[in-house]
Amino acid sequence: MSEAALAAPPGLAAPPRGGHAVFWGGAALLAVALIAALRLLHNDYAWFAGYFILQYVVLASAWNLLGGYAGYVNFGAAGFMAAGAYTTIVLRKALGLDLLPCIAAAACVSGLLGLGMGWLTLRLRGVYFAIATLSLAVVLHTIIVNWDYVGGSRGAYVVPSRDTAPFVTHGEYVFVVMLVLAVLAVGIARMVEKSRLGLGLAAIRDDERAAEAAGVPTLRLKLIATTLSGALMGVAGAPLPHYSAYLNPEAAFSLAYGVNAIAMPLIGGAGTWAGPVIGALLLGTLQQAATVMISSALNLLVVGCVLVAFVALAPHGIIGLFRGARR
Amino acid sequence: MDPDLALLLNGIVSGLLLGGLYAAAAAGLAVSFGMLDIVNIAHPALMVAGAFAVVVISTATGIDPLLAAVLQAPLFWLVGAGLYSFYNRAFERRGDEALHGLAFFFGIMFIIEVLLVMYFGADQRFVEPPYAYVTWRLGDIDFPLRMLVPGAVAMAAIGALALFLKRSFAGRAIAGVAQDPEALRLLGIDPVRIKRLAFGISVALAGVAGGALVVVQPIDPWSGHVFIGRVFAICILGGMASLGGTVIAAFAFGVVENLTATFYGPSWSPAVAFGCLLLVLALRPQGLFGTAP
Repeated sequence: MSEAALAAPPGLAAPPRGGHAVFWGGAALLAVALIAALRLLHNDYAWFAGYFILQYVVLASAWNLLGGYAGYVNFGAAGFMAAGAYTTIVLRKALGLDLLPCIAAAACVSGLLGLGMGWLTLRLRGVYFAIATLSLAVVLHTIIVNWDYVGGSRGAYVVPSRDTAPFVTHGEYVFVVMLVLAVLAVGIARMVEKSRLGLGLAAIRDDERAAEAAGVPTLRLKLIATTLSGALMGVAGAPLPHYSAYLNPEAAFSLAYGVNAIAMPLIGGAGTWAGPVIGALLLGTLQQAATVMISSALNLLVVGCVLVAFVALAPHGIIGLFRGARR
Repeated sequence: MDPDLALLLNGIVSGLLLGGLYAAAAAGLAVSFGMLDIVNIAHPALMVAGAFAVVVISTATGIDPLLAAVLQAPLFWLVGAGLYSFYNRAFERRGDEALHGLAFFFGIMFIIEVLLVMYFGADQRFVEPPYAYVTWRLGDIDFPLRMLVPGAVAMAAIGALALFLKRSFAGRAIAGVAQDPEALRLLGIDPVRIKRLAFGISVALAGVAGGALVVVQPIDPWSGHVFIGRVFAICILGGMASLGGTVIAAFAFGVVENLTATFYGPSWSPAVAFGCLLLVLALRPQGLFGTAP
């Protein structure tokens, strides 16, 4: 057996159970510190840049639940995310609902979408699932473009509410919402990783037939992971209309979401809860800086090249590099 | 003729013509995805890159775009062979082509698109060969040469490929490598070399298909997106490794999609690709003409 095959499952060398209280406490402290620091900075742009990066923390963690742990590639992250975003628009237009109930609804819609997709294709080889997710984004895009109620290809406006107390600005409000969601997403990913579900998914990734033979209910575990992953992607998209105040299909289904959802976990280290966070912070900051300083096309080129370089040279991401160095 | 019937017949005929283009786009994938089991989702992006190359060549030299497409095929073969060599070294030998190989081709697709945007801008490009606005009529049914000529070139290319696979030693080795690389090794053939040859052919076909694409419709750097669902659906529908099945599936696909566009509006037609794909995956994953699941 080759060196690489032996080093394959970094997630399996999981630390002992527990430590949840430490994680949640630390995450909460970090979040509060972050909000306080940004308040001191007193710059509205900082909230928006922070939101931009945090939405990718959620999206990348969601992708990692299925892609990293079980090894099933989802190319349609943009589709799931847009489903969440348009759930917000529909509910706001139809019922005048505020952001928070919309997030819950978006989780349900995208989760069901994931369940349906998985139910149709997960019995087949992973490749079929990957291709089906890619096409799902296309069909959802088509439906939204043809759906006049949500603005069709012209897009829809979401007027932000004036009353954002106890938050100073609207930017701070959406940032804090996304921060809470990011902490939840990472926490869920971490819990999955340390649970029997995570072990089962890792078994599927390493050898699905062997896992099946050993009594792992592979299809059920995959369906749970797909649903959870889809729901979290919807959650990542739900606040998007409030963030940008205007949403059109082009922006909601942007390929950048699909690419980043894959690139960030792979660069950080797929199959570990911290990997997507590292990848999202790194690539998100890089892109935010590149968009401000260079052109947006160039910043996407950087992402593409970094992705290719990492999957070829460092298949276990930054975390893998560190683990490799320690070994 | 009854106008509704004429509309229907015209829809079917131009669907078949469109199917010729789809066959060109999917045939290369039938080699790489179907025979070699390499999930090259950058295939449509390579096709669009081929289309841009055709625009450049034919506007610079004035030669026919389809001739340019055929002439540039060797160049695309080189690109494909290079891509495969890298893919083999970085992923196949390591044994993790499933996740990382997919991500690799996704990244390649992304890089191609961004490079095209940076170099050509986001505007649509097109070519105007002399036959672009000529239409043959047979009663009430139109045969626009803009669709017919690229379709014919595509069929010729696919026919040549089928002949090569069936008759030549290397062609048979390509069919063999899909089934049993070890047996090939026993015959003293290097499976990696055969796969490199085959992958190069598949990318060369993408280059030719690009020429067909740009004659049929204007292109922009993202034209490949809508083809991803289509070509994979056609490939799976056609039974993966079968060129004949792929061509028939492409025609069926073109007709269904074109009738949708005719009767429900063109903005709905991308959804057809996905609908067909999902149906096939759910009901008959071995394809319409395949046997083993």
